[in-house]
Amino acid sequence: MTTIRSTAAEMAAALAAGTVTSVELTEAHYAQIERVDPAVHAFLYLDKEGALAQAEQSDAQRKNGQVPSPLAGVPLALKDVLAQKGIPTTCGSKMLEGWRPPYDSTVVTKLKEAGVVILGKTNMDEFAMGSSTENSAYGPTHNPWDLTRIPGGSGGGSAAALAAFEAPLAIGTDTGGSIRQPAAVTGTVGVKPTYGGVSRYGLIAFSSSLDQAGPCARTVLDAALLHEVIAGHDERDSTSINAAVPQVVKAAKKLDVKGMKIGVVKELQGEGFQAGVLERFHEGLDALVSAGAELVEVSCPTFDYALAAYYLIAPSECSSNLARFDSMRYGIRVGDDGVRSAEEVMNLTRHEGFGPEVKRRIILGTYALSSGYYDAYYGSAQKVRTLLMRDFNAAFAKADVLVSPTAPTTAFKIGANDNDPLAMYLNDIATIPVNMAGIGGMSLPCGLAAEDGLPVGFQIMSPAMRDDLMYQVGGALEAALLSKWGAPILDRAPVLAAK
Amino acid sequence: MALNYDQAVEKYEPTLGLEVHVELNTHSKMFCSCSTIFGGEPNTQTCPVCLGMPGALPVVNGKAIESSILIGLALNCSIAPFSRFARKNYFYPDMPKNFQTSQYDEPICVNGYLDVEIDTDEGPKKFRVEIERVHMEEDTGKSLHVGGATGRIHGADYSLLDYNRAGIPLVEIVTKIVGGTGKYAPQVARAYVTELRDILRSLGVSDVKMEQGSMRCDVNLSLAPTGSGALGTRSETKNVNSLRSVERAVIGEVIRQSNRLEAGERIVQETRHFLEESGQTRPGRSKEQAEDYRYFPEPDLVPVVPDSAWIEELRATLPEKPSTRRKRLQEQWSVPDKEMSSLVNAGLLDVVEETIALGAEPTRARSWWLGEVSRLANEKEVDPTSLITPAQVAEVISLIESGELTDKLARQVVEGVVAGEGTPAEVIAQRGLKVVSDDGALMTAIESAIASQPDTAERVRGGNIPAAGALIGAVMKATGGQADAAKVRELLLKHLGQGE
Amino acid sequence: MAAISREDVAHLAKLARIDMNDAELDHLAQELDVILGAVARVQEVAGADVPPTSHPIPVNNVFREDVARPSLTPQEALSGAPAQIDGRFKVPQILGEE
Repeated sequence: MTTIRSTAAEMAAALAAGTVTSVELTEAHYAQIERVDPAVHAFLYLDKEGALAQAEQSDAQRKNGQVPSPLAGVPLALKDVLAQKGIPTTCGSKMLEGWRPPYDSTVVTKLKEAGVVILGKTNMDEFAMGSSTENSAYGPTHNPWDLTRIPGGSGGGSAAALAAFEAPLAIGTDTGGSIRQPAAVTGTVGVKPTYGGVSRYGLIAFSSSLDQAGPCARTVLDAALLHEVIAGHDERDSTSINAAVPQVVKAAKKLDVKGMKIGVVKELQGEGFQAGVLERFHEGLDALVSAGAELVEVSCPTFDYALAAYYLIAPSECSSNLARFDSMRYGIRVGDDGVRSAEEVMNLTRHEGFGPEVKRRIILGTYALSSGYYDAYYGSAQKVRTLLMRDFNAAFAKADVLVSPTAPTTAFKIGANDNDPLAMYLNDIATIPVNMAGIGGMSLPCGLAAEDGLPVGFQIMSPAMRDDLMYQVGGALEAALLSKWGAPILDRAPVLAAK
Repeated sequence: MALNYDQAVEKYEPTLGLEVHVELNTHSKMFCSCSTIFGGEPNTQTCPVCLGMPGALPVVNGKAIESSILIGLALNCSIAPFSRFARKNYFYPDMPKNFQTSQYDEPICVNGYLDVEIDTDEGPKKFRVEIERVHMEEDTGKSLHVGGATGRIHGADYSLLDYNRAGIPLVEIVTKIVGGTGKYAPQVARAYVTELRDILRSLGVSDVKMEQGSMRCDVNLSLAPTGSGALGTRSETKNVNSLRSVERAVIGEVIRQSNRLEAGERIVQETRHFLEESGQTRPGRSKEQAEDYRYFPEPDLVPVVPDSAWIEELRATLPEKPSTRRKRLQEQWSVPDKEMSSLVNAGLLDVVEETIALGAEPTRARSWWLGEVSRLANEKEVDPTSLITPAQVAEVISLIESGELTDKLARQVVEGVVAGEGTPAEVIAQRGLKVVSDDGALMTAIESAIASQPDTAERVRGGNIPAAGALIGAVMKATGGQADAAKVRELLLKHLGQGE
Repeated sequence: MAAISREDVAHLAKLARIDMNDAELDHLAQELDVILGAVARVQEVAGADVPPTSHPIPVNNVFREDVARPSLTPQEALSGAPAQIDGRFKVPQILGEE
């Protein structure tokens, strides 16, 4: 029987078999959202009217033999950083409260063309800046595993929606780990494709050379199915890869890693990593070895500088990307009393509209780019990027994929890092290098930490344009762990009762 | 005692710098596919990209790249093998992203030159203006200021923004420092902008109409005591909307700065505004000096790497250089240097060539454009080519040659056309300007004149030929100036027994 | 490593067009000082011989045909405008002259 606990692939099969309709699936998910979202707060906006219309259309098309994609009729949650025409898109910020874009992002266009049903927009750290979704102007999202804890960030809403069975699929975006780290702490799957693999047109920019939208799901296969829907060249995005979409579904189904070389990154296992996280990570390595893969130790010494470089590049680019929020053409406007000047209104609006983390990064970025400091900061960070890519190239000469724990700890308590931005930044230590080099990265669950019973994520990194490799290894690992556990990891999550 | 221009340039050495912005005539904008057609209703030619909406991304217009390379080649520049866009970050409501996508340290063309010719006391002199760079950028939207006493920004109640022009492709051409012009700085500046305009027009990459804003010139000027070898502080003058204004702006700034220096005052590095009415400049937006543009490579765009095959392909399409064309025409028409220079500086080469192509005799064509038409143009302070067409001038000239118009009548015809009364034929008909050449009609007028001035007639009979002038004058008056004066003289003298 | 002062932050806030009160400026100055201290280490490995990377995936010459395509309608363009008059975006008076 198809329920909200089924995978997207199972739902798709049921739709194909005619044992369930898209409308039924959609309604079932809205019912679940009604039950649990008051506690989880994964969603910022629900588009019931639009979703049901899409679902109806999908069912009607199917009756006529039209099935636009393998995921036609399956519901999905969309991170509120992607423009959806006519639907409130806030980026978790007060600045865009009520803003309804007059256009669709390419990702949304592709989802619509594929017949996917977009249930609503999910919560996130403001303008994608954060690792806990606590920076949302609309209140935090709560981890379904423990409502007093963070679901990760910036895409905590999407990950929590999956873990709470409010949607079988979600779209996230990842600049320094914002898909992968939430996946890790919620026991779900999240993928950052190779940079340029998914169009950024309509993805409200945080750090242009690092941002990438990607698939989030509860299984590797589901993520692969979604990956193939949203990926592809886009004329509207000059940085978009002009090549065929990698065959990730095929790779996810391979379930074979015999003879593959798995590079274990030395620099991503030491100090700062929670014991329980490392323990589960090593079990994941064992599972891969049992499946016939070979472990190789690799060293990427520049990783020690990746975080520092990231916290120069990303704020620099964001200080420029967020300059457009000046109250003149869209967004909120504060203090326009007919006397104040445009500049005064701009200053006031930006003071009110942006939260502290965003302001912090804008100021940091402004500094890093400013005359006299460019070479020392932004310029140097771009050089670190080159060195990181060299490290990766050398490592990929020895191994097919690289692996590490996704995040150094399990989900921490809401409020734990309130006064310590630097501590918060450390959550991305393992995920950042992937964005800096533009390669692919995936997180999938590899167990619960012994200390706290909370999910641990296993990160797989594949060379640029070889996303298929991470799906191949991920799929195989997932299968191995599933057979070890006997049931999916989310079965062990507490059942959320209606409030 | 305030210094005048001549005194100023004796004491001080001017150094120039010219920045010219050119609007390209592409069909779509620089980074998006919105139409570039001029004059649309507000905000009807905008999209998420040129409005700077969240999530929008730029895509480079390939034709704009081509045009930029052509401009660089025509200006003898090297085309950069690797060129990139950069963000120039500053806030202004007419700039939707609050950064301009431009080029910084990796422009598409570098190190060119343009040779110009000016008239000096020692005759025509050649001058080489070196070009630092040619780069691509995008234009801003247009703001309309409402309220306030003068409708100017300061004191306005609010502003209205139209982003139709936001994102229009612009090419910026920047000269290196232009020194050694001495007192001819204004002429060099004007000649450079004129020649540049002609080249851009010949390339077909822009309308280059300064009065319409498709070509804009900023004039940088600094002064240093003559012979000091130093460089002074420069001012930048914007809003220079015509060739004449370029010249006047240089003169105005030389006078202003020299007088300040004489008074022991510093020159402030600032942006100034050119004032058409007075030829002076006034201070502009001073906050620009406090801005730090925080340039960095545009992450949403990829580098431009033109290969030599493409560059050579484009080079092969370059039209005849204006200077080559000028030499050719000068030889064809056998025109002395000074006159050629005048034609070029007045921007009349194209219309003269066209007029001649329509059959007009070359010397007449030149003298009408340089003479009467230019005189009227100066009076009205407009461009001569806007007053009358080559076809119309050619028509007038052919009527002179066929004898249907005298030079004097022709001048009236031209005046009429310029005043908007219609075509030459219409003006002639309306004003009744045809030459009276019928001998019978002339004789009637001649006899009438003789009858009213019998003493004068006697004197002519007596051999005093110059006295005939009064009689001729009377005939001309009687015929409303439409008699052929030479014919009248011939007939009159014959009639009075003094003919050949 | 020079400490970043409140005046430095005030200057940056001005460049970034964000109003900040004294408390915020002080707090931010402290935080940024710590953060800058941590990120400055990039200079340790950024040798003169290392070229900077601004694009992770090396691609050049992405161009578009010069063809005009339909724009947004003015209603769509202005749909998010906080204020508008006669099809134009209405904004507070812009100080400083053109």
